[in-house]
Amino acid sequence: MFESLSERLGGVFERLRGRGALGEADVRAAMREVRIALLEADVALPVVRDFIEKVTEQAVGHQVVKSVTPGQQVVKIVNDALVEMLGSETAELELDVSPPAIIMMVGLQGSGKTTTSAKIAKRLTEKDRKKVLMASLDVNRPAAQEQLATLGTQVNVATLPIVAGQQPVDIARRALQAAKLQGFDVLVLDTAGRLHVDQALMDEMKAVADVAQPQEILLVVDSLTGQDAVNVAKNFSEQVPLTGVVLTRMDGDARGGAALSMRAVTGKPIKFAGMGEKLDALEQFHPSRVAGRILGMGDVVSLVERATETINADEAEKLAQKMAKGQFDMNDLRAQLDQMKRMGGMGALASMMPGIKKVQNAMANGQVDDRILVRMDAMIGSMTPKERSKPELLNAKRKIRVAKGSGTTVQDVNRLLKMHQEMSSAMKKIRKMGGLKGLGALFGKSGGMGGMLGGGAPTGGIPGLPGLGGGSPPGLPPGFEKFLKK
Amino acid sequence: MSDTPWHKKLLGGFKRTSDKLGENLTGLFTKSALDDQTLDEIEEALIMSDLGPAMAARVRAKLADGRFDKGIDEAGVRALVAEEIEQVLAPVAKPLEVEAFPRPQVILVIGVNGSGKTTTIAKLAHLFIEQDYGVMLAAGDTFRAAAIGQLKVWAERLGVPIVSGAEGGDSAGIVFEAVKQATETGIDVLIVDTAGRLQNKRELMDELAKIRRVLGRLNPASPHDVVLVLDATTGQNALSQIEVFKEVAGVTGLVMTKLDGTARGGVLVAAAEKFGLPIHAIGVGETIEDLRPFDAKEVADVIAGSNR
Repeated sequence: MFESLSERLGGVFERLRGRGALGEADVRAAMREVRIALLEADVALPVVRDFIEKVTEQAVGHQVVKSVTPGQQVVKIVNDALVEMLGSETAELELDVSPPAIIMMVGLQGSGKTTTSAKIAKRLTEKDRKKVLMASLDVNRPAAQEQLATLGTQVNVATLPIVAGQQPVDIARRALQAAKLQGFDVLVLDTAGRLHVDQALMDEMKAVADVAQPQEILLVVDSLTGQDAVNVAKNFSEQVPLTGVVLTRMDGDARGGAALSMRAVTGKPIKFAGMGEKLDALEQFHPSRVAGRILGMGDVVSLVERATETINADEAEKLAQKMAKGQFDMNDLRAQLDQMKRMGGMGALASMMPGIKKVQNAMANGQVDDRILVRMDAMIGSMTPKERSKPELLNAKRKIRVAKGSGTTVQDVNRLLKMHQEMSSAMKKIRKMGGLKGLGALFGKSGGMGGMLGGGAPTGGIPGLPGLGGGSPPGLPPGFEKFLKK
Repeated sequence: MSDTPWHKKLLGGFKRTSDKLGENLTGLFTKSALDDQTLDEIEEALIMSDLGPAMAARVRAKLADGRFDKGIDEAGVRALVAEEIEQVLAPVAKPLEVEAFPRPQVILVIGVNGSGKTTTIAKLAHLFIEQDYGVMLAAGDTFRAAAIGQLKVWAERLGVPIVSGAEGGDSAGIVFEAVKQATETGIDVLIVDTAGRLQNKRELMDELAKIRRVLGRLNPASPHDVVLVLDATTGQNALSQIEVFKEVAGVTGLVMTKLDGTARGGVLVAAAEKFGLPIHAIGVGETIEDLRPFDAKEVADVIAGSNR
């Protein structure tokens, strides 16, 4: 849906190739594109303005390193500035007080406070060996207190018994007392979601903070948040002394500009990122990954993680051995297509990979979609087992049969065969380059993402993905692009 | 809080933006023409309402096109901006009507986590009860802790029957049972809750497609409505939500919640242009009456701070 920043900048800088330093006019032209990229990523406008101003100053007169284009140079400057602004050091919870240390969670409705409370409690219990008590002060939303109690049971963390009709401040007092008397190390107070313009509820939050005197007040913010992030951050930080921010739903496909807005407005570190509905899906915040995401440069790290998650290790091992012998038949191709499907289809892959605009465009125009994977699967399914292991058997007559059987045309079958052929010759090349060890080298040549995969993968360089790194356009199996031109 | 008439509440929320627009724009409109700086300011004000850079640029371009040289005052500019926005929104303003035959009309409510599905369902149920329709709820969110409890509390308060199962159970099964019961007891409207899911989670989206299929098993026309609940605080990702949910679950209409804050939900304007899906209603508060029909002119006016 969005153009990546590098592509936008590509256009601006085409005429500038070979210059020594970035002139002011060049930088201003580039910054217009950066501005749109940031706005599309939902970074709040005032924050964007400040950021652009700062980066423009830094970039003007900057020497362009010989090996890169001016566009890449600007992207790097912008990226570095983003990472710096997002906070280069990791921030931990500060709980070094005589127990119980109190953590209070605040935020809008539906931002994910209750789930995050349970996640933090779990983390403290399991990683830091703390004795944790959770209490829900949410008397507004039906069954909110029961929700926290249920989560408590799930993560084996104690929750304050529910007393019907008790008001938040009183619950806070009771929780404090219980934590002291029963010797808990940490007390997590989950509060009701509130709109920052609802003064009555904001006052209630202040009252709770006064009673509890928390060491940590964490603002929980949905990473899908748009321009309103500024208002939310400003209002909450004016009312209570925030100590940090938790960004939830970072496992979604939002560009996450809210992270930058939060950081800029509150000045507080982003302490955690919520990465999923499972209760251990709470991570340290990674500024560099988020910077890349905000700029639309693809989230290669996440792609690699997804790959390791979904690729069946045994299957991969088997494929690796076959490849080492230089064999690669239709069954293997099918296994690869299947893996692509499991990783969320082409859309998900394309959205995470940098420099794969061609495919994304094709997808947007409806020229290619996940059905291609299904169709290719159907074609392979229409072959006999013999044909699958020896594709060269497929003569004209057999091709017609396969096309009929799969509801495609002979041209489609030819394309599939061509793709397979190119992939298997790529495999042979790999073998010549020294088997699996050579994988990394080949990937390295074919673009950034392949290099990452070759380097970062655990077992044998993820043999399930050679096609993804090996061809042109980068990121798809060789010959795949032929399917796009329909 | 509930003493305040709803439109005041809504206007109260919107007013802050209009004020902001006012602050930004006042003083600029004394000039006789829309110069670049004025247009920039309008564009930025629209961006701050979450219209998105592309949509804001289009509104700006339209304004620049026709009226650049004419003399125009502040009220005139506001009216122009409002007009442009209304033009985009008007075709999609469509309330949710109960007209399915045979009954029940099945309304599937979907959205990402925390967008306000369950609360919206309670509000929708209340709306239909006031129109004398028989309503039944189905607790299809078997995933989130206490989600079933939350809907049960609402069902009790509203005095409507609810079909529910065990937490962690198969929501498609519950949904099927609900359609069966609703058909047997002659219910007019069955509203189905679902677990929140992010649109990039393949398996969860597959599950949603399955729920949809199961709903259609007893009556092929069902679900008659698939309502996507959007949070007004959401930024440009709302477009991705609409796109994916539409593809997987066949969204037929939108409801936007949490418009009683400072968030403008301007992304609706971009969504209206891009997808043309009906916008049924907006949520403007936490009480059960706080769901209001979507009125294009009103929303456009408050966004632009115009009183045409």
